[in-house]
Amino acid sequence: MKTIIENVSRRRFLVGAGGFVVAAQLLPAKAFAEMHADYQTGAAAMPHGVVTDPHVFVAIAPDGLVTIIAARAEMGTGAARTTLPMIVADELDADWSRVRIEQSPGNEEKYGNQDTDGSRSVRHFIQPMRHIGASVRRMLEIAAARHWGVDDGDVEAADHEIVNRKTGEKLGYGDVAAEAMALPAPAADQVRLKTPEQFRYIGKGTIKPVDQMDIITGKAVYGIDARLPDMKFAVIARPPVFGGKMASYDAADAMKVPGVEKIVVIEGTPAPAKFQPLGGVAVIASNTWAAMNGRDALKITWDDGPHAGYDSAAFRAEMEETARKPGVVLRDDGDAEKALASAAKVVTGEYYLPHVAHAAMEPVTATASFADGKLAVWAPVQSPGGTRDELAKRLALKPEDVTVHTTLLGGGFGRKSKCDYAIEAALLSREMGAPVKVIWSREDDIQHDYFHTVSVERIDAGLDQSGKVVAWRHRSVAPTILSIFAPDPKHEAPFEQGMGLVDNPFDIANLRCENGAAEAHTRIGWFRSVSNIPHAFAVQTMADEIAAAAGRDPKDMLLELIGPSRIVDPRKSVKNFWNYGDPVEVYPIDTARLRGVVELVAAKSDWGKGLPPRHGLGIAVHRSFLTYVATVVEAAVDEQGKLAVPRVWTAVDAGFVANPERIHSQMEGAAVMGYALARYGEITFKNGRAEQGNFDSYKVTRIDESPAETQVFIVEHGIDVPSSGIGEPGIPPFAPALCNAIFAATGKRIRHLPIGDQLST
Amino acid sequence: MLTLSVNGQRQSFDGDPSMPLLWYLRDELGLTGTKFGCGIAECGACTVHVDGDAVRACITPMGGVADRTVTTIEGLSTDGSHPVQKAWYALNVPQCGYCQAGQIMQAAALLATNKTPSEAQIHEAMAGNICRCGCYQRITAAVKAAATGA
Repeated sequence: MKTIIENVSRRRFLVGAGGFVVAAQLLPAKAFAEMHADYQTGAAAMPHGVVTDPHVFVAIAPDGLVTIIAARAEMGTGAARTTLPMIVADELDADWSRVRIEQSPGNEEKYGNQDTDGSRSVRHFIQPMRHIGASVRRMLEIAAARHWGVDDGDVEAADHEIVNRKTGEKLGYGDVAAEAMALPAPAADQVRLKTPEQFRYIGKGTIKPVDQMDIITGKAVYGIDARLPDMKFAVIARPPVFGGKMASYDAADAMKVPGVEKIVVIEGTPAPAKFQPLGGVAVIASNTWAAMNGRDALKITWDDGPHAGYDSAAFRAEMEETARKPGVVLRDDGDAEKALASAAKVVTGEYYLPHVAHAAMEPVTATASFADGKLAVWAPVQSPGGTRDELAKRLALKPEDVTVHTTLLGGGFGRKSKCDYAIEAALLSREMGAPVKVIWSREDDIQHDYFHTVSVERIDAGLDQSGKVVAWRHRSVAPTILSIFAPDPKHEAPFEQGMGLVDNPFDIANLRCENGAAEAHTRIGWFRSVSNIPHAFAVQTMADEIAAAAGRDPKDMLLELIGPSRIVDPRKSVKNFWNYGDPVEVYPIDTARLRGVVELVAAKSDWGKGLPPRHGLGIAVHRSFLTYVATVVEAAVDEQGKLAVPRVWTAVDAGFVANPERIHSQMEGAAVMGYALARYGEITFKNGRAEQGNFDSYKVTRIDESPAETQVFIVEHGIDVPSSGIGEPGIPPFAPALCNAIFAATGKRIRHLPIGDQLST
Repeated sequence: MLTLSVNGQRQSFDGDPSMPLLWYLRDELGLTGTKFGCGIAECGACTVHVDGDAVRACITPMGGVADRTVTTIEGLSTDGSHPVQKAWYALNVPQCGYCQAGQIMQAAALLATNKTPSEAQIHEAMAGNICRCGCYQRITAAVKAAATGA
């Protein structure tokens, strides 16, 4: 099967004639960049690209209150509702206390791409938001100049006022807002962007996250909090095995539960089902509790389908066998086979990383109201525009008859990029003729996730007599996310290969990357940082294993592997190299920056210092989402094998930084989630069923074991260095740094995640 | 029919006494600040005060709160002026924010009985409240700040 991937959104996939084609909407890719003489990003090539019309994003009331539209989804990074509006406000030179944020509905024709994923928000929108703000500032100046009858070069807008430099007269933004906003957007060469020293909010980190007060007073509205008059509550019994369906059911007892009103069957969709619901039997009731009790009383016989035998332990053994044999060659520099055969020493590591579930604190949920041929949905969705399109398609409505209101997301982590739950609510509302809220229990949320893939990574490294690494062969085996979009693909897609496999930055003459076949037996989906998790774990653990084998300091070994400062361009040897959808020329793999974060974090952590017995430091570095992150973890393992993480240091190079305060919070949080992934994260399958269901069996980090102190160091750049991702890149280096620290503390090498009880046995 | 006080208002309830307080607060009173996270008292997102004690509303049946006094995040203060809320605001604790009502109610209950908790006591008291975004470092700092009034 021919696979062409030009550019990947996390939702827009089309099956084309004769093969599977990932549809990149090839809008005029350079149009925006040329128009504004900025650096080019992949934003324009995303579905519906970028909209820079200031009228779409800014409104100013007569009293001067500025409304800025947040078109992307807010799930805790602060990007959508704080940082991007703050960028507009800065270029507009608005007083932030006179700015309000309004959340847009899903509508990409109007707002441009809304897929809030891929660590793209600031990366793709810092430039458009600056231009929007500066355009409105210019429009205010033109309107004020006309008001005074002076040349528009004689007026200047600043701090919510326009000043007539000739007379000293002043007008508030609100005084000329109507005239200003009636003007067309000024030509690009008429728009003056601020110089960085003129920034009042950008780069400062002084703006409070906008929903902070609502959150701490309980007023913030998440998806689960949507309430409509006469709303019904639904829970759904879904097939416990991926690909299964309901064979028969008996709802007699369920209907006897007080409050239960109706039972509705939802049809599943044969694979590949993309974001369509799993199907099942819905219980609709007058409150959540009645619906849950009604579901408990259902008697359902399931037809488990083709994945009834999925057993994750057996599958692991199968994948390990695959990784021990040659796979499809993705990158082949030099002659790794020959170099391995003649190496003085070969170090081999085989790594296993299991499925994990997202388990955002807000389980997926949606509320829908279908009436008079029109559908309105309130939901915590990462892709509001994509959700609208999917709803229109499934309910056979015109997109203009579907409104998707994006609520706050109680965490997303990639799960809420898939809108199956919103479709469920819409189908049930249509069936009931009333608004319906679909509640997923925690067990529903974990067991019917789009799971992070499971993988086996095997690396063989060859060292010469002097201990220099002369050969590197990395075999990756993992079911692909493409499996929800295409019939039975068995290989990682370029967007998965590009996340830490074929973009290997090491300075090794003979370097080969292979990918073995693996079938998906459950729903696979994006999980914060995606394939970087297994790839970085393997590469960064192997770097430490090589150091140990060669008797070298791990940090020195890592720097030697990275080699001298240079630009690594995998396009020389990798077909369809995927650089997170952004141009390699703008966002190259720059080993100077990779070395920079390693050296910075080593200095900050006082690498090489003496530590108490059974304490150790571990280091790892990884470039993902075009951002460079190096992490040092201090691990302490007592005689009984109890693990503690007293300190974490993280150095981040994300280009120009718009909101350093929220970068700190993302990196602090990445250490906590990274710890959960490393220590506990595992979903196992038996008879096709996920064996974990709630936080008692699927453990996550708690405060009493969490890394106690995470210090974050941001590499400072000017505005000329393109901003890169922040939401995800903190995750990949954490687990290998932790496990390398455990090795330093104990001599015990962790090659399989989660760590679980490996330290006490 | 049973009666209870919720945020200072007297309420009566004549439904299923086994219904958890969580769903009564959310579905019937519309007090959605109290969150659903797990349903089995593993995550603490639904933490409220019953007669001043922090309890998990998801496993507290309505039959158990007859004649009791319930305080939710909406009743802790109307304007974010409780010392715990002020500390949370000052330190920008929340990320997604979903768990924070439960965290704040738990922290407020701790400080009501222990004005100067040690870090170990803070961790012990807060260990039942999960934050998936990973705000723990700031939660610890905010509880300390609330305790000292810093």
